[in-house]
Amino acid sequence: MASEQFLADYLPILVFLVIAAGLSCLMIVASLIVGKQRPDKEKLSAYECGFDAFDDARSKFDVRFYLVSILFIIFDLEIAFLFPWAVALKEIGAFGFWSMMAFLGVLTVGFIYEWKKGALEWE
Amino acid sequence: MIQVAAFYLFASVLTACALAVICARNPVHSVLFLIACFFSAAGLFVLLGAEFIALILVIVYVGAVAVLFLFVVMMLDISFQDLRRGAMQYVPLGLGIGLVLLVELFTLYRAWPERTPVITAESTAIENTEALGRIIYTDYLFAFQVSGLILFVAMIGAIVLTHRCRPDVRRQKVAEQNRRKPSDVLEIKKVSSGSGA
Repeated sequence: MASEQFLADYLPILVFLVIAAGLSCLMIVASLIVGKQRPDKEKLSAYECGFDAFDDARSKFDVRFYLVSILFIIFDLEIAFLFPWAVALKEIGAFGFWSMMAFLGVLTVGFIYEWKKGALEWE
Repeated sequence: MIQVAAFYLFASVLTACALAVICARNPVHSVLFLIACFFSAAGLFVLLGAEFIALILVIVYVGAVAVLFLFVVMMLDISFQDLRRGAMQYVPLGLGIGLVLLVELFTLYRAWPERTPVITAESTAIENTEALGRIIYTDYLFAFQVSGLILFVAMIGAIVLTHRCRPDVRRQKVAEQNRRKPSDVLEIKKVSSGSGA
């Protein structure tokens, strides 16, 4: 376990989490208990305005969503590496600075590639 | 006291959600339970004093990886009822492998020399984001640059595998649109009344 003082800083977040979880559980359970529940076949069927449902809603997604999210992860990780670098920049000096520049350079080459390929455009 | 209570809260939620990940019938629900697992694991990391890792877990895993998993699950065009139908025949094999893993874990536990204490971040005066920053970019330069190259390969690979150029879609081509002149596309004709163009 970490020090008392350190964890005391995080205590408000824990309190917030407990209240949020408790409140949402309370609302779900209360609506289960208090509300009238008389389900039938028509009530439980999917509602599509006006006509019978054409198809199952679980259809195949376009692969382009996957491309967007994987590009997002890559730049997210790049940002994650930038935080400790920015905090410790005074200690690590010029060597640390240029090591990060090399890292960013490699990813910038990739960024230019995807821009030119049109992977960022949705069409 | 409250630390121990928080530890048991996070640990029990983590275990319960991990069980729910493999037991949920709907794979989308499994991914949502996985997100709850990530949150509880972040809570455990905070209890250990590793706040940077905890917040990176929330940013990267909850924010990005879970979304990626959701898209992958939704992209698969598999009827999960059909997939589940033949699953019972693999139960003996799965139980056998699980037993072997359990025996291995137990032998490892018995053979471990002594219980090493969990190292927490409290022994150092500097906070752990800075402690990481001092060594990642200099002492571990090679690993850091290799991670950059791996991200680069992932980027190129994802584009090569999934990006398709769709020629039938109209796009904006700014240079071409600006270069267009009225004289190229427009023609004015005098039409006398009564006769067509």
